Amino acid sequence: MKIKQLSHLFLKVACLAAATATVQAKPPTSEVNTTGLQVTDDTVTVGQLHSSTGTMAISETGSIQAEQLAIDQINAAGGVLGRQIKVIKEDGASDWPTFAEKAKKLLVNDKVGTVFGCWTSASRKAVLPIFEKENGMLYYPTFYEGLEQSKNVIYTGQEATQQILAGLDWIAKEKKAKTYYLVGSDYIWPRTSMKIARKHIENVLKGKVVGEEFYALGHTQFGSLINKIKLKKPDVIYAAVVGGSNVSFYKQLAAAGITGSKQTLLTISVTEDEVLGIGGENLAGFYSAMKYFQSIDTPENAAFVKAFKDKYGADSVIGDVTQAGYLGPWLWKAAVEKAGSFDIDKIAAASPDIELAAPEGPVKIHPNHHLWSKLRIGQWQKDGQAKVLYESELIEPDPFPKGYQ
Amino acid sequence: MGEYTSEELQSIFIMQGFSGLSLFSVLLLMGLGLALIFGQMGVINMAHGEFMALGAYTVYFCSTVTAEYAPTFGPYYFVVAIALAFVVCALLGALVEWLMIRHLYHRPLDTLLATWGLSLILQQTYRSIFGAREVTPTLPDWLMGSFTLKEGLDIPINGVFVLCLSIVVTAFLILFMFRSRFGLRLRATVQNRKMSGAVGINTGKVDRLAFALGCGIAGIAGAAFTTIGSTGPDSGSRYIVDAFLVVVAGGSASLLGCLASAFGIAQAQSILEFFLDGTKGKVATLLVIVVALMIRPQGLFPSKVRGH
Amino acid sequence: MQLFFRTLFKTRGEAIAFGAFIALILIILPITLPIFRLNLIGKYLTFGFVAIGLVLLWGRCGVLSLGQGVFFGLGGYCMAMFLKLEASDPVTTAIQSTPGIPDFMDWNQLTELPAFWEPFKSLPFTIAAIFVVPAVVAFIIGWALFKRRVGGVYFAIITQAIALILSLGIDGNQGLTGGRNGITDLRTLLGWDIRSEHAQYVLYFISCSLLFIVALGAKYIINTRLGRVLVAIRDREDRVRFSGYDVATIRAFIFAFAAMISGLGGALFVLQVGFMSPSIIGIVPSIEMVIFTAVGGRLSVLGAILGCLIVNFGKTTFSEAYPDLWLYLMGGTFIAVVMFFPNGLAGLLEKIPFRKTKLAAVAEKLRQPTSDEPETLATTPTSSTPSSNEH
Repeated sequence: MKIKQLSHLFLKVACLAAATATVQAKPPTSEVNTTGLQVTDDTVTVGQLHSSTGTMAISETGSIQAEQLAIDQINAAGGVLGRQIKVIKEDGASDWPTFAEKAKKLLVNDKVGTVFGCWTSASRKAVLPIFEKENGMLYYPTFYEGLEQSKNVIYTGQEATQQILAGLDWIAKEKKAKTYYLVGSDYIWPRTSMKIARKHIENVLKGKVVGEEFYALGHTQFGSLINKIKLKKPDVIYAAVVGGSNVSFYKQLAAAGITGSKQTLLTISVTEDEVLGIGGENLAGFYSAMKYFQSIDTPENAAFVKAFKDKYGADSVIGDVTQAGYLGPWLWKAAVEKAGSFDIDKIAAASPDIELAAPEGPVKIHPNHHLWSKLRIGQWQKDGQAKVLYESELIEPDPFPKGYQ
Repeated sequence: MGEYTSEELQSIFIMQGFSGLSLFSVLLLMGLGLALIFGQMGVINMAHGEFMALGAYTVYFCSTVTAEYAPTFGPYYFVVAIALAFVVCALLGALVEWLMIRHLYHRPLDTLLATWGLSLILQQTYRSIFGAREVTPTLPDWLMGSFTLKEGLDIPINGVFVLCLSIVVTAFLILFMFRSRFGLRLRATVQNRKMSGAVGINTGKVDRLAFALGCGIAGIAGAAFTTIGSTGPDSGSRYIVDAFLVVVAGGSASLLGCLASAFGIAQAQSILEFFLDGTKGKVATLLVIVVALMIRPQGLFPSKVRGH
Repeated sequence: MQLFFRTLFKTRGEAIAFGAFIALILIILPITLPIFRLNLIGKYLTFGFVAIGLVLLWGRCGVLSLGQGVFFGLGGYCMAMFLKLEASDPVTTAIQSTPGIPDFMDWNQLTELPAFWEPFKSLPFTIAAIFVVPAVVAFIIGWALFKRRVGGVYFAIITQAIALILSLGIDGNQGLTGGRNGITDLRTLLGWDIRSEHAQYVLYFISCSLLFIVALGAKYIINTRLGRVLVAIRDREDRVRFSGYDVATIRAFIFAFAAMISGLGGALFVLQVGFMSPSIIGIVPSIEMVIFTAVGGRLSVLGAILGCLIVNFGKTTFSEAYPDLWLYLMGGTFIAVVMFFPNGLAGLLEKIPFRKTKLAAVAEKLRQPTSDEPETLATTPTSSTPSSNEH
C-alpha cells in the first residue's frame, strides 16, 4: 500500500516535470546560445566538478549522485529547452589547484553551460576567480560560512546565519542553556560559524561561552578535549567537527560517558552521510541543525528518497548536502527556461525569485543568489535517522550579517 | 582554577593521565611494527599506514559477515577479527617482501619511494572494494561505554582494551625477539648479515618473516583503532608521520626506545593539548620532537652498532 | 666560451637534447597548444625548479628531503602576500569592516595588517624574500642536522615532519595566513592583470626561461669541482671528511640552494595559478615532487624536468579519462621506476648506445661502474645493481 502510494506520488511529480518541459516548443540554438556555449539543437553540455578521489571523496559522493539523479530525471522529462543534458565529469581529487585547473578546463575548453560542483570552502575559493573571469555559472551545494556573494554562483546550501541562529535560539529556549562549549575543525567554515555563534550566544541569548577550540582536519585523539569539556560542564556542546575527525570525536565522547541522555549536544556538521560512519548508537539523543533530513515527511521528499534509493541502492542515505546538490540541476533548468536562454548573464539575471517545490519544502532564490530555506532540528536515533523536532519559517539568506562580523 | 572543587580536579587529573596512556598505547601499536621493520631491517615502509587500514578493513569485513550470517556470534567476533587482521596483513607483508622489498635492501631510501607507490595502489584498491566513504564495524557491546569509578570519573572501555592489547603485543614481541630462536636469528642478521649467512642462517627467510611480523602487528594496530576512529581508504596516511616520529625519536633500533618515545610523545601531546588548544597543541608537540631530534639526532636509545 | 660549453654538456647528444627541449618548450608548444593547456604546462614546469633542486640534493649529494614543498610554499607565500596586498586596496574591499586589509583577515576579526605583512607591500622586498626566506630556513635546518651527521632516512623523516608542522601551522593561524583556504583571488602585479591571456603568455615565457637558466646553473655546479665533491660525499662521506672537506657546510649549502630555487618555483606557480594554499606544501605534494624527480631521473637535470612534465601531464589527461585507474598507474609506474630504472627516464635514454659520442663512450668505460648509481645511505660498500638481491 505504502509503496504504491509513494510510486504514485513519484509519477505525479515526474509527469508534472515532463509536462512543463514538453509544452514548450524547442527554440533554435542561435537564439538560446549567443555566447558560444556547448549547446547544439539536441544537447546541452554541463560540467560536474567534485572530488571522486582523495580525502573529500567521502563527503562529495552524495552530491555527485544527487546531481546525476536530477540530471537523469530532467532528461527523462524532456531535457532543458528541448535539449538533453550531457555531463562532463571532472575529478578535483581533493586538491585545490586541481579544482582550479579543471574548472578552467570546463569553462574554457569545454564551454559548458553550467557547472555543478565543489564542496569545501577552499575548493570554492580556488575556482571562484575563474568563474568570475570566464563568466561561468556554478551551483554550489554545501552549507558554508557566507561572507561571499557572486553573480556567477548559486548557493543551494545554507549560509552560516541560516543554519546557526535559529538553532541556537531553539536550544536556548528548550534546554534553558546558559553555557556553551564550541568545538570545530580548523578551517574557515567552523571558525566563521563559531564566531557567529559566539556573538549570538553572548549578545542575543545572554549566555556564556566557556570554551572554543579547533582541531586540525583528520585529528583523531580527542581525550584531552573531552576532559576539558568534563571540567567545564557546559549546558550545550556546539560542534562543527568534520570529515574523519567526526567519527573519532563522537566515538570517544560516547566512550567517555558523554551521551545523548546526559549531555545536550548540537552539531551543524552531522548529516545522515556522517551518521553512516559514526554509527547511530554513538549519536543517539544528540541534535543536528540542518535544513533537510531524510525523514522529512512530505510527498516531494518521499518521491525523491525513493528515486534515490532505486538508483543507488536501498542502503544509501541522503544528507543535507546531497539534497542541496539535487536542487542544482532543477534550479538551473528553471532559470534557463525562465530566461529562455542558456546565456550565463541571462540565467544570472533570471535566477532571483525562482521557486521550486523541493524535497526540503518550497525554496526560493534570493537576489543575493542564496536560497530562502527553513531550519530544522533533528534528534538522532539509533537507526541513523533523525526525528525532526522543530521546523522554522523560511529564513532569509544574509551572507554578510550585520552585527556578526 | 578556583571555581572547581579539588575532587573534580582530581578526577580530571586521573582521566587526563588515562587519556595520555591511551594515546601512548595507540602510538606504541603504530610504532612497534614499524620499529621492527625500520629499526631492525632498515626498510622504510611508507605503506605501513595502509597495512593498518587493511587490518581495520578486515575487522569491518568480519563485522559485516558476522551480522549477515552469524548474528549470535556478534559479541565475540572482534577477537577473531583481530587475529585474522594479523594473519591477512602478515601474508600480504610476506608477499610484498618477496616481490619488492628484498630487491631493495641495499637502497634504503628507495624502499621509501617504492612503498609509497605501494601505498597509492593499496589506497585505490580499498576505494574500489569498500568505497570512498569511511566505514566503522559494529562493535560488540562489551567494548562500548565506560567504567564509572565515581561521579564524573569515567574510564573508557575501548581505551582500556587498546592499552591491554598494546601491552600484550609488546610483551609478545619482546619475548619473541629475546627468547626465541627466530629472535636470535633476526638479531644476528641485523648485527652481521654475512656472518649470519655463513653460520647457516637463512637470512632471506629471516627478513621475510620479520617484515611479515611487522606488517601483522600493523594489522593488529589497525584492528584496534576501529574502536577509536573510522576507516577510510586514506586513513593510513593520517598515522604515518606519527608512527615514524615515534620510531625515530626512540632511536629506531631498540624496542625499549620505541616504548619510551611513544610514552613521552603521548604525554607531551596530551598535556599540551589540554593547556593549549587543538591545532596549537599538535604543532607544539611536533616542534618539540623535531627540536629534540636536532639536538639529539640519535634518539633516546641509540643502537650501538649503527654508524653513519 | 667553448670551455664553458664543455663544462655544461659532457656529450654532444646531451647538448642536442637540451636544445631540442628548449625548442619544444619555447617554440613548439606555444604555437600548437591553446593558452589554457599552455598555462598548465607552465604550472607543471614550476615544479621543475623543485626537481632540479632534488637532483642536486638527492641524486648528486645523496640527501633525500621529503619537505621540499615547504620551500616551494615559502616562496609561493611571499609572492602571494604581495599580490594579495595589491588586490586588497581600500576601494575594492570597501564592504569589509576594515577596508584595505586582505579579506580573510577581516573575516577573522583582524583590524589592522599584522607587522610581518607590512614589508610585503614592496615588490623589491618581496622578490628578495622569495629567494632569501627559503634559503635561510633551509640553511638553518640543514646546518643543525648535518653538523650532527643526521643523514639518510632520518633527514627524510625530519623534513617530512617539518612539512607537516608548516601546513598545520598555516591551517591553525587563519587570520594571519588565510588558513586552509590559502591566499586566493590574486589579480594584478603592479597593476598588470596576471589573469589575462596576454599575461599568461608572458608569464609562461618568463617562467620557462628562468627554469632553463636555473637548469644550466645546476648543470654547471654538477660538472665543476663542487659537483664532483657532492658525488663523493654521496658515495663515501667519511673519506671526503677525512680529506679535509667540511661535509656539513657543503650539504647545508646545497640544501639552501635547492630551497632557494624551489622558492622561485613557488613564486612563479602563484603568478600562473593565481592562488596559494597549504595543500601545496604538505606531506603528499612534497613526496610527489620526489616522485617527479625519480621518474624523470634523479641524476639528470633535464630528466627531472621532463619527469615533472610527464607525470603531471599523465595525471591531468589520465585522471580526466580514467580517474579510478590513475592511482594504480601512478603507483605501479613508481614502483617499476624505483625497482628497475633507478635512474629514471634519463637513465633509460642514456643506455641507448647511439646517443653517445665515441669520446663519451670511452669516458663511460673509464668511469667506475658504480659512480652514477645512487648510493643513498653510505653505510656498506656495495657495487650491486638494482636487480640483484644478494647483499
